[in-house]
Amino acid sequence: MAGRARQLNLAVGAGSAAAAVVLALTLGTLGAVAWRAESAARLGPSDWAAVRFTLLQATLSALISVALAIPVARALARRRFAGRGVLITLLGAPFILPVIVAVLGLLAVFGRAGLLSQFLGRFGLPPVQIYGLHGVVLAHVFFNLPLATRLILQGWLAIPAERFRLAASLGFSERDVGRELERPMLREVLPGAFAVIFAICTTSFAVVLALGGGPRATTVELAIYQAFRFDFDLGRAAGLALVQFAIGAAAAGLALRFQVPQATGGGLDRVAGRPEADSPGRRIADTAWISLAAAFLLLPLGMIVLRGAPALFGMPPAVLAAALRSVLVALSSTVLALALALPLAFAMWHLRGRRLAGWLEALGYLPVAASPLVIGTGLFILFHPVVDPVALALPVTVVVNATMSLPFALRALVPAVARVEGRFGPLADSLGMHGQARLRHLHWPRLRRPIGFSAGLAAALSMGDLGVIALFADPEQATLPLQLYRLMAAYRMEDAAGAGLLLLVLAVALFWLFDRGGRVNADT
Amino acid sequence: MRYPIIAAGILAIAGAVQAREKPELTVYTYDSFVSDWGPGPQVERAFEEICDCDLKFVGAGDGAALLARLRLEGERTRADVVLGLDTNLTATAADTGLFAPHGVEVSFDLPVAWDDPLFLPFDWGYFAFVHDRKTVSDPPGSLRELAESDLKIVIQDPRSSTPGLGLLLWVKAAYGDAAPELWEGLADNIVTVTRGWSEAYGLFLDGEADMVLSYTTSPAYHLIAEGDDTKAAAAFAEGHYMQVEVAGKVASTDRPELAEKFLRFMVSDRFQSIIPTTNWMYPAVVPAAGLPDGFETLIRPEKALLYGSEEARRMRDAALNEWLGALGN
Amino acid sequence: MLTLEGLTVRQGGFELRADFSVRAGAMTAVIGPSGAGKSTLLSAIAGFIRPSAGRVLWQGEDLGPLLPGERPATVIFQDNNLFPHLSAFSNVALGLRPSLKLGPAEGAAVEAALARVGLAGLEGRKPAALSGGQQSRVALARVLVRARPLLLLDEPFAALGPALRAEMLDLVAELARDTQATVLMVTHDPADAEQVAEQVTFVDGGQALAPVPTGQLLAEPPEALRAYLGQRKTRP
Repeated sequence: MAGRARQLNLAVGAGSAAAAVVLALTLGTLGAVAWRAESAARLGPSDWAAVRFTLLQATLSALISVALAIPVARALARRRFAGRGVLITLLGAPFILPVIVAVLGLLAVFGRAGLLSQFLGRFGLPPVQIYGLHGVVLAHVFFNLPLATRLILQGWLAIPAERFRLAASLGFSERDVGRELERPMLREVLPGAFAVIFAICTTSFAVVLALGGGPRATTVELAIYQAFRFDFDLGRAAGLALVQFAIGAAAAGLALRFQVPQATGGGLDRVAGRPEADSPGRRIADTAWISLAAAFLLLPLGMIVLRGAPALFGMPPAVLAAALRSVLVALSSTVLALALALPLAFAMWHLRGRRLAGWLEALGYLPVAASPLVIGTGLFILFHPVVDPVALALPVTVVVNATMSLPFALRALVPAVARVEGRFGPLADSLGMHGQARLRHLHWPRLRRPIGFSAGLAAALSMGDLGVIALFADPEQATLPLQLYRLMAAYRMEDAAGAGLLLLVLAVALFWLFDRGGRVNADT
Repeated sequence: MRYPIIAAGILAIAGAVQAREKPELTVYTYDSFVSDWGPGPQVERAFEEICDCDLKFVGAGDGAALLARLRLEGERTRADVVLGLDTNLTATAADTGLFAPHGVEVSFDLPVAWDDPLFLPFDWGYFAFVHDRKTVSDPPGSLRELAESDLKIVIQDPRSSTPGLGLLLWVKAAYGDAAPELWEGLADNIVTVTRGWSEAYGLFLDGEADMVLSYTTSPAYHLIAEGDDTKAAAAFAEGHYMQVEVAGKVASTDRPELAEKFLRFMVSDRFQSIIPTTNWMYPAVVPAAGLPDGFETLIRPEKALLYGSEEARRMRDAALNEWLGALGN
Repeated sequence: MLTLEGLTVRQGGFELRADFSVRAGAMTAVIGPSGAGKSTLLSAIAGFIRPSAGRVLWQGEDLGPLLPGERPATVIFQDNNLFPHLSAFSNVALGLRPSLKLGPAEGAAVEAALARVGLAGLEGRKPAALSGGQQSRVALARVLVRARPLLLLDEPFAALGPALRAEMLDLVAELARDTQATVLMVTHDPADAEQVAEQVTFVDGGQALAPVPTGQLLAEPPEALRAYLGQRKTRP
């Protein structure tokens, strides 16, 4: 069994190295901040109020995102129509948008001067009151409904078509299908989707503040921000970051206890014949759900396009240079994200059933709950004595962006690796396919779809991220999101809208290219 | 154990190489100063023409983030000059012991007297609420009138934004112990509170609010750069709180003469004439050619409000708690 | 000779014991109720499951330290015998070179094997473009190029119709004769055993019994086997 041990050691070794990088960037940077602190963490009543508000808004946001995603996913699962694939791709766009661009797009529809208010105004009705807890939740649903839909749709498509055929042959009504087939699937899928979205919403900050309507809408991340730049209390910043991790860890624990579905694009085109849902009434209901979701998600995107289009083709060279830089950063961080995610996924497969696999998976979730400000500050504290942090601005951005996209890449890759190894592992073993041979003739051809999806997501997320660059920013090495903020700070709101559109186009294009590249000529 | 010696050797060589080249002056500042649309590029070109040196700007967030970064770096900082703190930060900055007296004597065109030995102003402005003349034909004449009106405003969070903190101190300076009542009056006017100036100003331009917390100089941008005279700042009877932006010499600098040369350049005509149409603030010393056309249309508040740096620091936390108390529940 | 020496395999709460030998070149059917551990027995011999006690020996050599691919065996599974993304040619070629880097002689051997199983001209097709029977033939062509002395089949043609299955079994028997392979074939159908196997090992109650000549076993089935066979009337 020496050969097998070798194989195991290699996978676990590479996985552990990847895990160490994640650990260093999350808890390591937190430790650096705590170590540099002049006093121990003392959290006051306002901090705990921030914790309560964070829990409240994240719970509501995740609940509503998931609840709305159920009918939308069901409608997408049982209907086939022209443009379905394009719609599913575009629905992913809000998730990868930079916050400021998304907020302005949302407000162009739902704000006091937005489309909806103008429409109501024609009938003499007052404008929509968007600011407040419900505004925060609305924005989070905008960001996360597509993710929830994608996760739940995957669960639906995982129900074998034969079972729907069996149900049809037994004359099941829609209610029977719901009880016997769909509810058990949802019970498995929903907790995971809820937990992932909950964790994402806990670290939200700028959206919450902009739409929250006032200081009631203070989240933990804002409290960290305050501790750092208003009070320069690093101990409190570290303490709050730890609380944020604890909340995220609780959510991750939830997600791990209940199986989380994979989020790949695989199998999205398979539609099972569903006679029980064939009545005109059902058809109208499904059409309504799909249309409503599409309108809710695509209208703000459309407004971003409209607002940005006039300035798009007159972008200053500095913005174009920043765009190129951002694309390069995105491509590099995509490579790194895969270099971290694949060994982790294989290590988890080799260690399946053991406690260590669970730890690795939990670690993969950690970046969701990390505070970008704490990561940035921690890295700064660690690097400053050794090298000029400014010289490292872009490499640091690459590393952090890659780590931040890791949880989503793992969601797609871990189940895919398990599926490929489970189905073809014994055959490959019996043929003595190891190392290179296995990689080239089994893993690459079978995993390119989820790899393409993960790469697309990593690239798009990296395009839109601003998070940690602030402390490291090099004036001559600005990325596109930073340049966008600079345009705004210089009153150039129209150019900024153009830059926002450019960012949206580039992020969606990168996602599409990778996702597409994974599918072309891929036999399944 | 040999590595430190090798490293020291490399550093020595690198230092020798550098010594033969032009000396480098590192100036830490806030991010929007160094952007392509800020004063940074022009200032760099102008100073390098006269200094025979290499001027290197390093940008870090806003003024508060700049100070936080400096405190993280401590005496090991590479900065020779720090440019972009304001009077709400200078007391804390002075306490770090990282700054040395600037030694520059100049007569400033400021509404207040200036005699800080450590920090030298380069520009200043008044906070103000900006509106669109087309939608707000009869702007309020005071903070109190604003609070009593139905006008919708966007402001910034004092915990994450410089203007946000400015408004906090504005209300405190104007109303003292009655500040909480004024905030309670303003509560129903506030549409939302944003993380920074950019978000708030963007929301205002998109029509989300009637007025936005900004500067009396903001309309100058629209007038001069866009030929748009619809934007105006409302003059308030209580007076307007000021923001004075300053620079200081880092005590540990190994180029003290060059740093001083930069500070003197900073208050000279050349630098000061760049400020109005890039930073959209008033120059600390009005250049000989005067202010650009268009600035004469701006309101000039009759009363300038400003806490001394020590006072500002003392007031800050209490004012924040009042603000949170009035708006937070 | 294949020897199972005091072999015990544990999987979850299930335990299977076997302690017997099979003559080299013999064709042995493994039958028994579902869940009795037929596939487990094969997996232990193929090296997918590590035994908790005992050894598997081939011609006196302990196979314990060898990875599945290093064992002197070819396995045909119930399904997933072919990689769907590779052509018939590549799927067979993997049996010779897992790297797929073939010399000219090896390429010729692959083509010859495909021709031998009746697939000449279909080398370039991917599994999806082949019928169920043709897919089985590709897997059998791989048996030929590997030419390992042990052939382990785990209900290999269960998805095929009766006529096609009979045809495949005959092909297996032919290939086994040609390569002088020792064959262990799991099946749930005694007819399969009757068709090609000279002896049968019956697996039940956590025990794989030593093989008995097929005719003899089916003529006078022991109690447990009778229960498994049910009402079926065995031929004399």
